Amino acid sequence: MVRPALEQVWDWLGEIPDPEIPVISLTDLGIIRDVAWDDDTLVVTVTPTYSGCPATSVINFEIEKKLRDEGIGQMRLERQLTPPWTTDWIRPQAREALKAYGIAPPVDGTAADGVLAGRISRLSGQSNLAVECPRCGSTRTEKVSQFGSTPCKAAYRCTDCLEPFDYFKCI
Amino acid sequence: MAPSLSDVMTPDAAALAAAQKGEGRAPLEVGSPGHDLFTGLTRLGDNCLILGHRVSEWCGHAPVLEEDIALANMALDLIGQTQLWLGLAGEVEGRGRDADALAFRRDGWDFRNLLLVERPNGDFGQTLMRQFLFDAWHAPMLKALEGSSDDRIAAIARKAGKEVAYHIERSADLVIRLGDGTEESHARMQAALEALWGYAGEAFIADAVDTRLAEAGLMPAPESLRATFDETVNAVFAEATLTRPESDFAHQGGKQGRHSEHMGHLLTHMQWLQRAYPDATW
Repeated sequence: MVRPALEQVWDWLGEIPDPEIPVISLTDLGIIRDVAWDDDTLVVTVTPTYSGCPATSVINFEIEKKLRDEGIGQMRLERQLTPPWTTDWIRPQAREALKAYGIAPPVDGTAADGVLAGRISRLSGQSNLAVECPRCGSTRTEKVSQFGSTPCKAAYRCTDCLEPFDYFKCI
Repeated sequence: MAPSLSDVMTPDAAALAAAQKGEGRAPLEVGSPGHDLFTGLTRLGDNCLILGHRVSEWCGHAPVLEEDIALANMALDLIGQTQLWLGLAGEVEGRGRDADALAFRRDGWDFRNLLLVERPNGDFGQTLMRQFLFDAWHAPMLKALEGSSDDRIAAIARKAGKEVAYHIERSADLVIRLGDGTEESHARMQAALEALWGYAGEAFIADAVDTRLAEAGLMPAPESLRATFDETVNAVFAEATLTRPESDFAHQGGKQGRHSEHMGHLLTHMQWLQRAYPDATW
């Protein structure tokens, strides 16, 4: 059988939209960790965004459907947990797409680290990250909740244009 | 009745597949390294499962929409982590049980979760206090598990740890805001702390399984996490103007399968569908 070039496979995967945020693709999101041929079987290695992300099974289905449509007969999807997915892997152009879609992109380097004792005063002080409102561009925004419409997002509100919006939080 | 020709000639595909998966294999011997690891993994997975289920009970009932969504998302994280831990437990056991089989087809005495996570939700304050006490143990536990001698455990811990980092920020933040809030919210948080404190200590008490797992470098010794826990809760209670109860007496039993009266009720809700319609899918 003819084995399509791996670059071609990457391009195909880059045409699959994320099921929850259709303006960015799976490759934009950085969850495709590897594509390789194992003899005549195409092996696509995928890492989950969040362990309980309900989109995971949809994503696997979409990958399989797309590759079958492109004529790949034998394929295997493998799950890779480590290194764990990080928002740092979201591609720059995808961040612009997120913003245009109304979701504030992650502010890199601000992920929670789970070590709390040193962060108590910051927590009680209610200081916020300088998250830019995707509608009006103001940084006078405030966090409404650590968890938004999906686990990967926090709920924010702009105090200038008063619109609520999602912030794609760092992980 | 004599078997028909096709019965003799056709291998039973289902039986072959079951044998390949290990179904029907003898249970792991109690006290063996495999059984210890299985026990350790079910303790981790059952904590996530039972707390995830409890938190999901709030879906549609939380005081405001944002909190409802946040609680549902945290429950989702915990259920996702359950799949990883119980999936690995089933793999280690090698008897063909996957995460779903372990979650939905075990009886109460087979569950290894802490008594803390099966406590009823109570009011919103009690739910948050339970979450905070759990998170204050869970975060350093996962951090320590990143150094496990088993790569599979380390990989799950690294993944889950990033999610739990957000859980503890949220639960600590709300404990502070409600503790140092109105007279009413303060009183409720103090009451919640007093009601739950006796269940916070179980996580730090080692039994023989814990000790052997720690000696093998697979999981940290439970008592090694106490200092970090104390540092976290003391700092948060001080900010929250809450008074830590004097006695550190700890109710025990959950880790060994001796549960409170609340566990059976929880399981009847959680398991009824798979019990009534085994292998149901949709």
